[in-house]
Amino acid sequence: MTETQIPVTVLTGYLGAGKTTLLNRILSENHGKKYAVVVNEFGEIGIDNDLIVESDEEIYEMNNGCVCCTVRGDLIRVVEGLMKRPGGFDGILVETTGLANPAPVAQTFFMDDDVRAKSRLDAVVTVADAMNLLTRLDDAPEAEEQIAFADVILLNKTDLVSAEQLAAVERRIRDINPHATIHRTERCAIDLSKVLDRGAFDLDRILTLDPEFLEGEDHDHDHVHDETCGHDHHHHDHGHDHHGHDHDHDDHHHHHPRHDESVFSVSLRGGSLDPNKFFPWIQEITQVEGPNILRLKGILAMDRDPDRYVLQGVHMIIEGTHQRPWAEGEKRESRLVFIGRKLNEEALRKSFEACLMPAA
Amino acid sequence: MPTIQSFPLDAYVVAAHFLGSEPAFALGDGHVTLVDGPSAEKHAVHSGGLLAAARTLDGARLITTGDDGRVCAIDASGGIAEIASQPKKWVDQVACGPDGVIAYASGRQVFVRFANGKERVLEHERTAAGLAFAPKGLRLAVARYNGVSLWWIGTDAKPTEFEWKGSHLGVTFSPDGKNVITTMQENSLHGWRIADGGGHMRMSGYPGKVKSMSWSAKGRFLATSGAEMAVLWPFHFKDGPMGKQPLQLGTRDQVVTFVACHPTEEVVAIGYKDGMVLAVRFADSDEAILRKPGVGGAVSALAWDAKGVRLAFGTEGGEAGVIDLAG
Repeated sequence: MTETQIPVTVLTGYLGAGKTTLLNRILSENHGKKYAVVVNEFGEIGIDNDLIVESDEEIYEMNNGCVCCTVRGDLIRVVEGLMKRPGGFDGILVETTGLANPAPVAQTFFMDDDVRAKSRLDAVVTVADAMNLLTRLDDAPEAEEQIAFADVILLNKTDLVSAEQLAAVERRIRDINPHATIHRTERCAIDLSKVLDRGAFDLDRILTLDPEFLEGEDHDHDHVHDETCGHDHHHHDHGHDHHGHDHDHDDHHHHHPRHDESVFSVSLRGGSLDPNKFFPWIQEITQVEGPNILRLKGILAMDRDPDRYVLQGVHMIIEGTHQRPWAEGEKRESRLVFIGRKLNEEALRKSFEACLMPAA
Repeated sequence: MPTIQSFPLDAYVVAAHFLGSEPAFALGDGHVTLVDGPSAEKHAVHSGGLLAAARTLDGARLITTGDDGRVCAIDASGGIAEIASQPKKWVDQVACGPDGVIAYASGRQVFVRFANGKERVLEHERTAAGLAFAPKGLRLAVARYNGVSLWWIGTDAKPTEFEWKGSHLGVTFSPDGKNVITTMQENSLHGWRIADGGGHMRMSGYPGKVKSMSWSAKGRFLATSGAEMAVLWPFHFKDGPMGKQPLQLGTRDQVVTFVACHPTEEVVAIGYKDGMVLAVRFADSDEAILRKPGVGGAVSALAWDAKGVRLAFGTEGGEAGVIDLAG
């Protein structure tokens, strides 16, 4: 039997953001694919078939002494059940409750051997409400975590806010998660291929292209987009880098408006890495800083390794694979992004740079 | 030499059981295949996937559950009856008890169905991950997060709760009724003495999850999957397996995916990830190859007939068959 891994899309979003609308669209639109769907409750799901399962979100602590090592026990069972009828569907969609922290769902796809063997986390898609997100980010840590975990963000209900409000919301999202792909939508109207079956391709694009370029490219296909926004993004992303640097200086003086628990990202880049230094380092960082790291992603050039090394992580769990050979003429560059709380950017940068091969 | 009669069934074999003298295979695509001499006939039972199956204690019927929310029974002649239905639910656990009683679970609810059609619901705070009836008396064990709940299903009494931190998945009673053992998410087993909930037998060291457990004749050993050999914990000592070395049989470079102890002899049939099936004798570890590694992938079901002469097997990839040891 072939060990093909079924792609899993995790759908998150705070209460009222529009998750159910998106789910109903995925289930009813003719996109030629069949999805098994795990929902928290049938509620307003308009479709009824036996590939939709209602599942009580059950968070289990793993008995390994690590408090952030939590998994969704119910998901393990559902995935196992689905795997007994392979071929009947193309992918799995997991909807989380509005109040859920996405970590346990994501971790399930790394931590359970059986689930890992048979499925792979394709993308975390977060639906955000353009009108209410800023308020939610201030009062609900879950909303912030949902943005932090996202690979793809549907910034929904854009028709209900002004251009300035929208820009402010996007700036805030970028502050938390600079590398997610943002799509502006009304009533979750979007080409579903931008949401489903994104694959490693997505990680690839996210980390190899400059964010502003990515935005520009994406927006060309976006119906609800206006010209000025690409520029705005460009400006903002540029600003963000400075912002990140400032943060370290300001931290000691408590001048920075970012409060201590805010989620932000640290992007590192360099040339080839010494694997004998890098792997012990990333192990130690994730062991020590694991509770603060919500997500980490990287595309890395290991010394004398012809392949690109792709790294993903959630809290203390990291998983790496050789993705594909570096293409001819492709710059052998290592990029690593941490998204989390209380990250010491300066220390991360210095210790990361210590893992780089000396310049030839 | 054993002979093998094979059937390509094209669907994940969820369970294999003998109904009378012939095997029945419960399949992940919602069907049950009944073998009749040289032929095999596929019967549609569930509209979606079939998630679990168990044989009634009289050996006459196979009880199946599915993601269509139905609980069905099929007999050796292919007669199908719907026993219960929980619309929109996935029923993923089932166990058969004495006097025709059936327990099945969906999420946090366990349903107990008596032979007279009466049904009661046992509510749990966490999902019921595994079900097992005690060998005697109407007692049901429900594996759950942080332990196991033991219900006297004929009474309204609250369950006895045995606690142990972690996620408990499968559960089995020792045939003498003295111990209850669970499999855990953390690649280990945990056992309790039923008399007082003590004993706390911890059986670990598995590289993977234990998904298959089988008691040997007279309940002397508990055979388990999950390692690159069958691991058999001795239960014939006063304190159970604690402080004792388990028997390790059929060591290969392949993970054991299913175990089935012979009904009368101290022999275990071992199914591996590559599809191989071995029979190994406890006394001298003597091995007999019953099926070479082959098509269909990992062995997902094994069952002996009542005499222990024929062994039914099924795989994740849909290969199934019957091995006749008498040749």
